[in-house]
Amino acid sequence: MQISWFTVIAQIINFLVLVWLLKRFLYKPVLKAIDDREKKIVERLEEAELQKTAAKKEKDEFAKKNADFDRTKSELMESAVLETNRQKELLTEDALIAVDKLQAKRQKYLTETAEKFSISIAEKAQQEVFDISRRVLKDLASVRLEDQVASLFVSQIQELEGEAKSQFISSFKSTSSTLLVQSAFELTGGQQQGITQAVDEILGIKQTFQFKTSPEMISGIELTGNGYKLEWNISAYLDALHSSVKEMSKREMESEQKSVKDKVNVNGN
Amino acid sequence: MKFSPDDTIFWQNDFVTINLTLVTTWALMLILVIGAKSITSKLTSGIQISRWQCVVEIIVTTINSQIKEVGLNKPEKYIGFIGSLFLFIAFANLCIIFPGFTPPTASLSTTAALSISVLLAVPFYGIEKAGIGGYLKTYLQPTWIMLPFNLISEITRTLALAVRLFGNVMSGGMIVAILLTIAPFLFPVIMNVLGLLTGMVQAYIFSILATVYIASALQAEAIKQH
Repeated sequence: MQISWFTVIAQIINFLVLVWLLKRFLYKPVLKAIDDREKKIVERLEEAELQKTAAKKEKDEFAKKNADFDRTKSELMESAVLETNRQKELLTEDALIAVDKLQAKRQKYLTETAEKFSISIAEKAQQEVFDISRRVLKDLASVRLEDQVASLFVSQIQELEGEAKSQFISSFKSTSSTLLVQSAFELTGGQQQGITQAVDEILGIKQTFQFKTSPEMISGIELTGNGYKLEWNISAYLDALHSSVKEMSKREMESEQKSVKDKVNVNGN
Repeated sequence: MKFSPDDTIFWQNDFVTINLTLVTTWALMLILVIGAKSITSKLTSGIQISRWQCVVEIIVTTINSQIKEVGLNKPEKYIGFIGSLFLFIAFANLCIIFPGFTPPTASLSTTAALSISVLLAVPFYGIEKAGIGGYLKTYLQPTWIMLPFNLISEITRTLALAVRLFGNVMSGGMIVAILLTIAPFLFPVIMNVLGLLTGMVQAYIFSILATVYIASALQAEAIKQH
């Protein structure tokens, strides 16, 4: 067990060479790689921190935008609701106006229809009454009735008073032309004489008469001349009937209009 | 029976002798350097690294942290020396698993060379830090009377380093050789495993003691400066 000094020196040199080689090829590169990695990690951490900060900022911004959006949405919603209500009111108003117009139109139409109907009924009734009366009177026409009519006409002339009488006298007295007597039936000589006498008595002068038969007249006698006319016939009674029917029809129409108006108001509410 | 690989001489010319110790040392150096070069040539500083790079990084960072724990604040400065000590001794001792291999650390010449390297490294780092005067003054601490004891301490610890490593490694190899003759097969295998453990422990002790010596020299200077 001896020490070889050459070996010792050689081993020292060997070791120093090994130190140099390992330092160059092992420690330096490895430590550098570790340092670089640590630097990269630090950089990444810093970058991550920056990104985190940026992300937080973006998140805050997003939250703010969201809040703004929600606020705008609610404002728009409120204004839309207000606008809708306003539009609704306008439309309702327009609809009510249109309804009123339609109602008025309908009312007018109803009124016109009722009037027309009333007129039509009246005319029809009158016509019917006339036809019936005409038929009845025609059927009933007899000498006695004609006598009675002639007698009534004479009485009417004789019973003239006041204004009517003076108008009668002034109209017939001043004329020199022939007075026309029309009747629905042919007047007998006696009847013609009765009428002539009655007129002459009132006028105080003798007038000339022309007697004419008009079958379209209903059991009546008519005296005309110098624009004046005196008559008696059943038409007067028929006119009274006509007025009565018209009045009844008017009342009926008014009650119907009232019921329609009530119905419209109930539907509107 | 040859006690030391120094006794196996391949070539000799007067003082110059090429023996097994030198040859195995060169072989180990070659393997270490080529291995280091091949691994570090593919180093990456990214997150994804190769297994070999991971192993090398673990070794280097462990050595670094051990140096730091002993008390040297800039381990990058001392890792070249201390790390090479550890790697060389550990790799040499590890290779005893190969049959017929005699580690260079079983030679007193090698262990003496390594101890002398430590002996020289201590004043080298001390002088580098505090200058020659400053370093030499540490031998007079705490008083000049301590000078001979400090000198004796330097020499004895160098001797202790050399002999401890040599004794452990040589004896380990020797025990295996003796046991092979009396109890072959299983028992030498167990002893070899034990030898591996001893070899690793010795590598650790040697490099840690070297670190402690350097650190104590630097700290003595630092205390004096304060």
